[in-house]
Order: sequence, then structure tokens, then C-alpha cells
Amino acid sequence: MRGIAWPLAGSLVAAWVAVPIMVVLASVGADSDGVWAHLASTVLPGYIRNTVLLALGVAVGTFVLGVGSAWLVTMCRFPGQRVLWWALLLPLAIPAYLSAYAYSDLLQFSGPVQTGLRDAFGWIRADYWFPQVRSLGGAIAILSFGLYPYVYLASRSAFLEQSMCALEVGRTLGGGPWNGFRRIALPLARPSIVAGLSLALMETLAEFGAVDYLAVDTFATGIFRTWMTRGSLTAAAQLSACLLGLVGILILIERSARRRARFFSATHRHRALATVRLRGVRGAVAAMACALPVVLGFAVPVLRFIDLSATGGDRRAGELFVELARNSMLVGLTAAALAAALALVVAYAGRLDPSPASRFTGWLAGLGYAIPGGVIAIGVLAPLTWLDHRLNDWGQAAFDFAPGLILSGSVVAVLLGYQTRFLALALSLIEAGLGRIRPSIDDAARTLGATPGRLLRQVHVPLLRGTTFAALALVFVEVIKELPATLILRPFNFETLAVRVYQLASDERLAEASTGALAIIAVGLVPVVILSRLQQGARPAAADEVSE
Amino acid sequence: MDSKKTVVFGVMLLVAATSFAAEVVNVYSARHYDTDDVLYENFTTETGIEVNLIEGNSDALLARLEREGDLSPADVFMTVDAGRLFQAEQRGIFAPARSRLLEQRVPARLRHPDGLWFGLSKRARILLVSRERVAEDKVLSYEDLAKPEWKDRVLIRSSSNVYNQSLVGSMIAAHGEAKAEEWCRGLVANMARTPQGGDRDQIRGVAAGEADVAVANSYYFAHMLNGSPEDRAVAAKVRVVFPNQGDRGTHVNISGIGVLKSAPNPRNAVRFIEYLTSDAAQKVFAGGNYEYPVVQGADRTETLDRLGDFEEDVLNASVFGNNNQAAVRMMDRAGWR
Repeated sequence: MRGIAWPLAGSLVAAWVAVPIMVVLASVGADSDGVWAHLASTVLPGYIRNTVLLALGVAVGTFVLGVGSAWLVTMCRFPGQRVLWWALLLPLAIPAYLSAYAYSDLLQFSGPVQTGLRDAFGWIRADYWFPQVRSLGGAIAILSFGLYPYVYLASRSAFLEQSMCALEVGRTLGGGPWNGFRRIALPLARPSIVAGLSLALMETLAEFGAVDYLAVDTFATGIFRTWMTRGSLTAAAQLSACLLGLVGILILIERSARRRARFFSATHRHRALATVRLRGVRGAVAAMACALPVVLGFAVPVLRFIDLSATGGDRRAGELFVELARNSMLVGLTAAALAAALALVVAYAGRLDPSPASRFTGWLAGLGYAIPGGVIAIGVLAPLTWLDHRLNDWGQAAFDFAPGLILSGSVVAVLLGYQTRFLALALSLIEAGLGRIRPSIDDAARTLGATPGRLLRQVHVPLLRGTTFAALALVFVEVIKELPATLILRPFNFETLAVRVYQLASDERLAEASTGALAIIAVGLVPVVILSRLQQGARPAAADEVSE
Repeated sequence: MDSKKTVVFGVMLLVAATSFAAEVVNVYSARHYDTDDVLYENFTTETGIEVNLIEGNSDALLARLEREGDLSPADVFMTVDAGRLFQAEQRGIFAPARSRLLEQRVPARLRHPDGLWFGLSKRARILLVSRERVAEDKVLSYEDLAKPEWKDRVLIRSSSNVYNQSLVGSMIAAHGEAKAEEWCRGLVANMARTPQGGDRDQIRGVAAGEADVAVANSYYFAHMLNGSPEDRAVAAKVRVVFPNQGDRGTHVNISGIGVLKSAPNPRNAVRFIEYLTSDAAQKVFAGGNYEYPVVQGADRTETLDRLGDFEEDVLNASVFGNNNQAAVRMMDRAGWR
């Protein structure tokens, strides 16, 4: 029996988490009453085009920003490098929809930048060209500067763990530093980079708030509109299926990249990374290149919100925010702990039993990350209200008492929604972390008679402490930022910071919303800062410096 | 086995106990204005009935209500558009509310004949034109916006916005589908930019010179008249036009409310709605959010008086509600984002 307990638990978790998605997909086969044909002949080509271009653009953007900055801060010394090392993670604390609000407000025709230009030069509309911030290009830029930290985080830890020897062998064979990066470091870090990229891309595909605000119609906005405005759940499910197809392909690519390139360093003896000191102009260029993403992804939106809230902030902040922040933190912490625990089960089951079945389980559990939260919310309600109805029937029959909606009407619904949406995040980190533990350690422990449970408790969990914390922190931050699922699934009188911001912003009161926006960012910053500190000590020895 | 049952039962009791605490009314609301909190607080002070609230996207709340079915804790569903009220009515979630007081206070045109829903406040879809670049009497109707002379000069938000759907629904009622679609195409051709942002963004665009006429709900403009110095400067640069004064009148939408079939507290629900149509509450709608009261003779604020009187399109709200889907598809075909 023991042999199947773990894989079984893994599949159960994955299945449970995937139920909401399956619910949505279940209506794919039904007749959409002409809505699908209407979509195909009007808006669908636009959805496909925008979604694909957005994903490609964000892939290139986050790759360049994330890998480039990670390489510079790990391999080079330059002014500000120590600060940038952790500051490059800061954009994680800002939800994409907030960046979209801030940049639209700044850069639109009636915003301060363009108004200033017109006033300064006496221009009118026809006199000058200015890029439209609410456009596909604007969305690519804003999402890239918001999501690159995933790629940065993944590639930075890969570069930190790389063997100096391999790079030095490259140098002995006559390759320059660029060659070393391109032909040795990059291929070795590929699994991590691909994992980071796929997280960024799944976020992109699921993003509703920002792209909607930026007037770009993607699958995410199309699903919503089809469901809500066009009133067709069936056609919305059919659109979701198309989106899931894209995601499925993405996950397959990611998993095969990880499988084909599984490297374990043969020893635990690491020589310190030899870093290159960049002086003068080169140092300044490196500093500016790494500061740019922090400035555009974090400083500009934050400063805009500070400015807005100083002039016309939320007057009810004092009275409301203590409770809102408490709610946000409470669901954030609970959801994060749950996600880390469930991810551990799924990942460990996959390690014990690397069969196609368990690979499918991992794939299934990861799907939700690319599905818009609003879609997941409706998917969550279906099984929970069903269970509630059964519970009430049973309560009625057994005790002549109906307890009401104790699952779908309580915080349970919100928590399940978060698991479906964010388990992939915890899973990808913990799977990668487990992957770095050499299988020979497992073999040794098993030879000495350890059960799988004991192996996990006494060997893997201690080794994975850092990874688990990273998973907790990322899920926590995501939950704090999450909006659409929270909005639909929350119980009576339950507001979070994100909900408050949305309500003010959707009433077009951006200045008042900015106070709440700052609060979200502040709460999200805590784990981000701890996370970046944590990795600082990831490489044991102090870095040698090589002057060049 | 029995002890297990008892434990489960105990937990269920505990969870359920909260809902028996006091006299309550459970509200699902798609309105999201801070002044609504004032209404709820005043209601509780006056009646001792606590208000439990979930605010959210109208369609999502509707989906949630349908899922919850007869177990739903909600007593009333409050939303901001006649089309939405009509949809809720069609899905059979409302129960008729009998109240002589409501029938007396809410005009027949703004409520369901059987009392399934009641309008609470009105909002007009008005035009804001540039004082600088548009002479008076240059644009007088919604129909004008589709004329070639307005090419590249019109700002209006996305067709995902329900106020636009209802406006097109009223165009269908006035002109028939073919003419209305022609109008949509003409309007799309005249747009100065891809539809984006909210109603205030359209007004700001006109004030900044991005276009010459904006379509927006009346209360957004009223908010700007009383807003920050920047907002007031914007408001000063545009002139209000109530369209179609020469014929059917300006398109008016309502926010409204209905009692749910499954309501656990139907009596409190009716009292809640009655309270919302009281003079005091109607004054909050007008004073806090600058909506027009539905009750005849209720106080308007000075700001609304400044906007002036106008003829309303007296089309029954359920007509453009009924036209909603045709309107949405028409806007898709016309390429109205």
C-alpha cells in the first residue's frame, strides 16, 4: 500500500485543484447558440493576434530584462550593484493593474506628461506624435517591467549555483566573456530561465485587469466579455479551451526543457564566483541598465501613487485600512501555507514515482495559473455550491436543519480559488528545488531504511527550507494582489485592500484609490524584501574579485 | 458514526449561528459608491436592521446568485443598469414585492409592473462638448455623432460598458436594427481613439483637446464640477448638451433593486427598499453621487439644478434591457471595441 500512497495523494490534490477548470471546460461541447460563430466572424481573430503578440512581446521583454540584469548583478561588480541585487525584485510587489493605472494616468493625452509638452511648446493634437500608452505596445512594456522579476529570480539562482570550473574551461579554450555567457552559462541555466519565463507568460495570459484597462482585447478579456456581456457560458468555455490549449503547450515546453536538461553538480565544493569589476563608463552603463527596470517597474508607479494620494487620497483610509490589511494578510498567509504544503505533496509524489501519470498530475495542477481569476471563481462556485446543496439535503434529512452555504458562502471558496490559481507558482519552485537535490541522497536514505515520509521530513524539507520560503512569499504576494476571484468568491462584509482599490478605481476615482494601492504595495514588499535577503546568502563563500 | 455526525452538525450550527444573530438584510450590490455606506448606516440606525453586504461585478453576482439557488443568503440584488435588472428578471431570481408605498413613490415607468424590481435613481447619458471648438447648437442629438463632420472628434468608452449597451438598445427601439447598426458604424468611424478608460477619461480628453465631444453619464460630470481643482478646470472647458431635446428626449438609465425569491428575510428586504425611496435616502443618491432621484419632488442638489432641466426618453427600461444582446452583437460587428 505504501508504494501508492504518495502518488495517490499527489493526484488527489491535483484533481481537486483542477476541478474548477474542468467545470468550465465541461460545457465546451455544448451548442453556443450561434455565439461562437458570431465570435469567429467578428472578434476572435483579434483576440488570437493580440494574445500571441502580447505573449511573444512579454517573453522577449522579460527575458532581456530578467536574464540580463541577473547576469550583471551576479557576475560583475559596479556601483549600486549590492542595492540592485535585491531592488530588482521590487516590481513583484506591484499588481500589473496598478502599473497600468499609473502609466495610463501619466502618459495619456490628458495626463501630466503630454499636457506639459503641449503647454511648453504650444502644441495641439495634430502637432506631435506620442506613443499611445493604451495599446498593445504599452501592454507589452508594462507587463514586461512588472513580470521580469520571475525570470530574474530564476536565472539569478541558476547563475549563483553554476560551476566556476565550466566557465573557466571555456576561458581556457579561448572563449571571451560573452561566449562564456552565451555558450556555457545560458545553456546551463536554461531549465531555470524557461521556468521563470513560463511563469511570466502564464501571468500574462491570465492578466485581465491590466490588459482591459490598456484597451487590448486578449483571450482573458474576451472570455469575460463573452460570458458576462454576451451572456454565453458555453462560448466562454470554448474560448477558455483555446487559451488552455496555449497554456498546455507552454507547460509542455517548460517541462521538456527541464527534463532534457537535468544537471546535478557532482560535488558540493563550490569555488567562489569570480566577479568582474566594471569601472568608469562601463560601470555606469551596467548600473543604469540594472536600475532601469527598477525605476520603470517600481519607482515610477509608486511615486505617481504617492503624488496622487497626497493631493486627493482615500479619506476613509484610517477607518478602513486596519481591517482590510488584516483580511488581506490573513487570506494571504493561509493560502500561501496551503499552497506550499500541497505543492510539496504533488512534487514529492512526482519524485517518488516519475511515471507519465504523475507527470500528468503535475501538469494538471499547474494549469490554473494561466486562467483568469474570474473564470476560476465561477469554476469554484459550481462544485462548492453543489456540495453545499448536498450537505443541506443531508442536514435537513438527518437533523431537520439546513446550515446554508457553509462552503461556497465562506472563506473556503476564496481559499480554494487561490489554490487553483496559484498552486503552479509554489509547485514550479518546489519541483525545481527538489530537482536540485541529487537522487543519490534519496537512495542513501532509503538504503538506510527511511520511509518516504521520513525521507521527506528529515532530508528534503530541511534542504528545501529556502525554496519553501520563496514559494510562500511568492504566493502570499500574489494573493495580496489578486482581485477578480476575490471579488466574486468573498463572503459577506469581507473586503481586502485589492477590493477597495478596485471599487474606487472602477468608479474612476484614481486619486482616492492610490492610498489603497500604496498599502497593497507596502504589504507585498515585506515578503519580497525578505525573499531577496534570503538569496543573498545563497552562495556560501564570499566572492573573489577580478579586476579587468 | 453518530459522534462524527454530531461534530459535523455542531460545526454547521456554529457557522450558521452568525446569520441568526439579529434582524438583518443581506444585500448583493453591484453599486460601489462610498455614499451607499451612508445609506446602509442610516437604515440600520432607523430600523435596527443590520445590513450585510457583498459588492461586486453585476454579472458575477448574478452568476453567484444562480449557483446558490434557494440556499442563497441574499435578500436583495441591487444593480446599476436596466439591462441587468431585465436579465435578472429573465433568469427568474426576483419575487414580486407588494408595497403600496413603493407603488406610490416610484413612477410606473421606472419599476416592474408586478414589483419584481424598482428603480432607485436615474442617470442621463449626456454629451460634453468643447466650449472652445464647438459652437452652440452644433451637436444636438445622439444621431449627430455619426455624421461625417464629426470624423476623428468623438470620445466614447468601450462597448463592454453597459451604459453604452443600453444607449444602443434605445437606438434600436427608436430606429430599428438596421438604422441603429448604421449609426454604430458611423460612430466608430468618428472615434478619435480606440475606446478606452472610463466616462471621466472621455471628458478629460475633450478638455485637453484630444477630441471635441464626449459621451458620459451625468453624475460623472457632476462629480467633476465638485471635484479637485484639476477636475473643475476640466469641467469648465466643456459644455453640457442634453441630446434629443427636439424629439424623444435624452436617454436615461436607472439603478435598481429587487427582492430575491430565496430571500430569508423578505420583510426586511421590502423595508430596505422602502427606505431607499424615502426622501432622506433619495437625497443621499442626489447629494452624494449626483444621481437624479426617481421619486417625484424629492430634493435635487444644487449641482443637478445647475445642469438644468431636460426632457427624458420615456422608453420603459425593460425595452432597452430586452435589446441588450442585439446591441452587443451589433457593436461587435461595427468594430466598437
